[in-house]
Amino acid sequence: MSAMLAVANADLPALLPALVLVPVVTGLIVAVLPAKGEATPRAVALVGALATAALSIVLLTQFTRGEADYQFVVRADWVADWGLSWHLGVDGISLFLVVLTAVLFPLAILGAKAGHQPRAYYAWMSLLMGGAIGAFVSLDLLLFFACFELVLVPMYFLIGRWGHGNAAYAANKFFLFTMFGSAFMLVGLLSLVFLNQQATGRLSFDVIELTSSQAISTGAARWIFASFAIAFAVKVPLFPVHTWLPDAHTEAPTAGSVILAGVLLKLGAYGLIRFGLEMFPEAAHWATPVIMTLAVVGIVYGAVVAAMQTDLKRLVAYSSVAHMGFIVLGIFSLTVVGLTGGVIQMVNHGISTPALFLLVAFIYEKRHTRDINALSGLQSRAPVLAGFFMIVMLSSVGLPGLNGFVGEYLSMLGAWQTHRWWAVVGVTGVILAALYLLWAYQRVFHGEPTGDNESMTDLGWPQRLVMVPFVALIVFLGVYPAPVLERIGPSVERVVAQIEAHSDYEAPGVPTPPEASADHGGEGEG
Amino acid sequence: MIAVLMQLPGAPEAQDAIGGPGSPAVTPDVTWSHLAPMLIMFGGALLLVLLGALLPRGVPRHVASLGTALVGLASMASAVPVWRDIVDPTEGPTAALAGSVGVDGFSVFAYWVIAAAVVLVALLFHSYLAREGLEGVEPYALMMFSAAGGMVMASANDLVVLFLGLEILSLAAYTLAAMHRRRIASLEAGLKYFVLGAAASAFLLYGIALIYGATGTTKLGTLRTFLDTEGVADDNLLLGGIALLIVGLAFKVAAVPFHWWTPDVYQGSPTPVTAFMASAIKTGAFAGMLRVLVVALPAYRGDWRPVVETLAVLSLFGGAFGAIVQTDVKRMLAYSSINHAGFILLGVDAATERGLSAALFYLAAYTVMTIGAFAVVTIISRQGDGHTALSDLRGLSNTRPGLALALVVFVLAQAGVPFTGGFFAKFGVIAAAVDAGRWWLGVAAMVSAVVSAYVYLRIVGAMYWGDDEGEAIEPEGEPVVDGAVPVVSAPPTRWELPLPRTAMVVIGLCLVGVVVMGVFPGLITDLTRQATVILG
Repeated sequence: MSAMLAVANADLPALLPALVLVPVVTGLIVAVLPAKGEATPRAVALVGALATAALSIVLLTQFTRGEADYQFVVRADWVADWGLSWHLGVDGISLFLVVLTAVLFPLAILGAKAGHQPRAYYAWMSLLMGGAIGAFVSLDLLLFFACFELVLVPMYFLIGRWGHGNAAYAANKFFLFTMFGSAFMLVGLLSLVFLNQQATGRLSFDVIELTSSQAISTGAARWIFASFAIAFAVKVPLFPVHTWLPDAHTEAPTAGSVILAGVLLKLGAYGLIRFGLEMFPEAAHWATPVIMTLAVVGIVYGAVVAAMQTDLKRLVAYSSVAHMGFIVLGIFSLTVVGLTGGVIQMVNHGISTPALFLLVAFIYEKRHTRDINALSGLQSRAPVLAGFFMIVMLSSVGLPGLNGFVGEYLSMLGAWQTHRWWAVVGVTGVILAALYLLWAYQRVFHGEPTGDNESMTDLGWPQRLVMVPFVALIVFLGVYPAPVLERIGPSVERVVAQIEAHSDYEAPGVPTPPEASADHGGEGEG
Repeated sequence: MIAVLMQLPGAPEAQDAIGGPGSPAVTPDVTWSHLAPMLIMFGGALLLVLLGALLPRGVPRHVASLGTALVGLASMASAVPVWRDIVDPTEGPTAALAGSVGVDGFSVFAYWVIAAAVVLVALLFHSYLAREGLEGVEPYALMMFSAAGGMVMASANDLVVLFLGLEILSLAAYTLAAMHRRRIASLEAGLKYFVLGAAASAFLLYGIALIYGATGTTKLGTLRTFLDTEGVADDNLLLGGIALLIVGLAFKVAAVPFHWWTPDVYQGSPTPVTAFMASAIKTGAFAGMLRVLVVALPAYRGDWRPVVETLAVLSLFGGAFGAIVQTDVKRMLAYSSINHAGFILLGVDAATERGLSAALFYLAAYTVMTIGAFAVVTIISRQGDGHTALSDLRGLSNTRPGLALALVVFVLAQAGVPFTGGFFAKFGVIAAAVDAGRWWLGVAAMVSAVVSAYVYLRIVGAMYWGDDEGEAIEPEGEPVVDGAVPVVSAPPTRWELPLPRTAMVVIGLCLVGVVVMGVFPGLITDLTRQATVILG
């Protein structure tokens, strides 16, 4: 095996490999720790996760603004005669997903404990972190697929072994649904690679090469796009294949729900951009009506079902279905604004939904129930908890001035430009979100505490400290999203230009540069 | 498609030997070193039998185990210079023994896989025989005979040699299956395997006879040349022969619908023997099948391809769905081996360089995955070799966490989880199928992989969080373990599951193999690519 290392366009060639390897190595170390108790494995896993988070901050600060292409690129041959390589890089689209992943894991480790078998728990958490980051930075189609598949295993164990209730069922369902989706993707990606080889004479799984060559026929591209879309639709999840999500989220341990909602769902949406829009521009444009429709159905359906839940965790889970619908709506608007909104909404959803899961878990820790009907008047007993819950909830609703607004607004704006009626239906989701979340908040926190609720206590300091970063990000991104938008912007414009170049699609003539969009967020605050 | 395979003319003595019935007997010139891997395996077996008969106290068990492992290693080592000669462009593949044995990359790769299986299973035998109180060198000798038969099959360049290899392989395997004299299940497995296997051999032999009748030759190279250049005017006889040949080989590789013996035999046989069957015997049989179909019968590819495709699809889904309803781990793994056979048939079906290479990679990866899995099952089965129900895995994550994790790796590798050998095995054969224009076979295979993933998850679930269905009792009408062992059991304690050192070595080696093949598949694909240099 050739160890040839070609480094291009990178000041810090070791940064991306380190981001993947630090968590993996941490996981292996945790797995072989001699300690019995929970303290040591937790501390080691936390140190590894914090180190990764620190590396991700370096990545963020060293990222060149205004650059559309991949940065920090490293490439080494993996299996040369199959055209496989260890090829990593980030652009504006994956940058914040990497940072989000690296920041969420330490918080998830801090926010919830294993309870039993701590070594295995923290080892799986660390491996999951490595796999997820690996998927976001892979620029080799098979390497991405491998990481995309690999994250199933740690999550499967986290749900099955540390989950509640019907955890085994939820874990199996999660694993099999996702694997079923990727089954088609593997055949699809091999077809793509071989068809590309027939056309260009080069056998390569390189994402950049496959994206730029566009050598395969329209018909084949549509079929292959469909096979990819199935895999990502399951992961997102889009409407008809979402049924694994409420089960998995509800039965998973808190950290599992946090990561599932915060990171793993983003893999699907990210895949739709990187391996959908960019790789199959014509087919993506062709499939837009269908996917937009599914997204809108998901928005409305998720919201309606969420409104009917009595389990607080299940309510948050269904709200994810609705929120991910907004993201897909923004992405498939195929406009710069909508795509930017979709990407930033991924980050926003990755902040607010995990925070909600943590808060629900804090309530459960004290009250041992998540039944909305059994909870009441918690505000008078736990004002800090109620305050955090309100901010996070309002972010999830999309209140101007908080982060959720920016993403939802831009997504809807993009959808409005190209698919007006879809946007009209989708916007009802915003109203419904306000309805079910405010209603739940009202029932849980307002009124007089009755029964066991009287003995409710407020959050302790460790829990408050976990919530502070979430709230800080929620407010910061809501008031001043420009730093994020200007890094996402150029890469998104590249995607839209790619679609315009390879299909008869033309982006709407009223370009809204990211800077201008940023102002909308600011206006909302005022 | 076949054009990509390097074509070489048959050795000159081969032409002489089939010159005609009237020609005088020719003593072929033999490069013995090229046959060393096989000869060492045969010689080791004979030596062990001889020592067992001559030494007054018999051969001590550790000598037999270690000796067998060393014979396997020696066989592997002796194949290295052969490989060098073959990949050397000035020498290339040759035919030995009057053109009846092909000395090419394909044979040597199969030698390595089979001999590696011998090494691993010999170590596994060591603790198993001690635990079960079985004496004698026969298991070791029989295994080496069987492996040598598999090697003969893999390198057969003549249908008669193929049959010879198959019989050596099978007869030893029948006896191995029945080796555990005090277990009725083992005896039943041996008998069942023998009766059905003998019938399959008869089909194969009749197929060979028909092919000889149609073409007047049994040599693969000559057959190929004959069919390419002249062909037969009325090919009914030949087609019948090919069909019977495929039936015989499909039985050995356990492809649906010729798989009915597999669950019973895999379950009833001593667990290390099951490991040997799933690895070495499968490799030998697939090597034989590849040789016959790809080397000798490319002219009839249009005829055998639909048959192989049907077998593949049936095996993929028959294996996957058959495994779901099982409650015994060995039966689950037996059905899963049928599913794997379906995957390998994808590589056979493609019959391209990529397909051959992928099938060989699959066989190598499956060998370590399955021996590893059965090594864990050997330990779990406890004394009497009967505790293999899914419920016997309950609580293993607490009593033996390392063992449980090893089994997780082996079954998830079989499910095709990335960064394990199983991932690239599946990747390779599906790539071959897609490349050969059979993307729908790839889709079918992947869907069946999802179904069988459920089976593997049940095994994992039983170890980690107790699978409800794992509590179910053995279904009726299946061989039940003998009376010496209580059928219903509580989860075993740590003390009841001792970890023999040799078995741990096997598990460790298999773990390394699975992971290395998953992270650096290039190490093996470099070999499998060159191994597609087949003697034409």
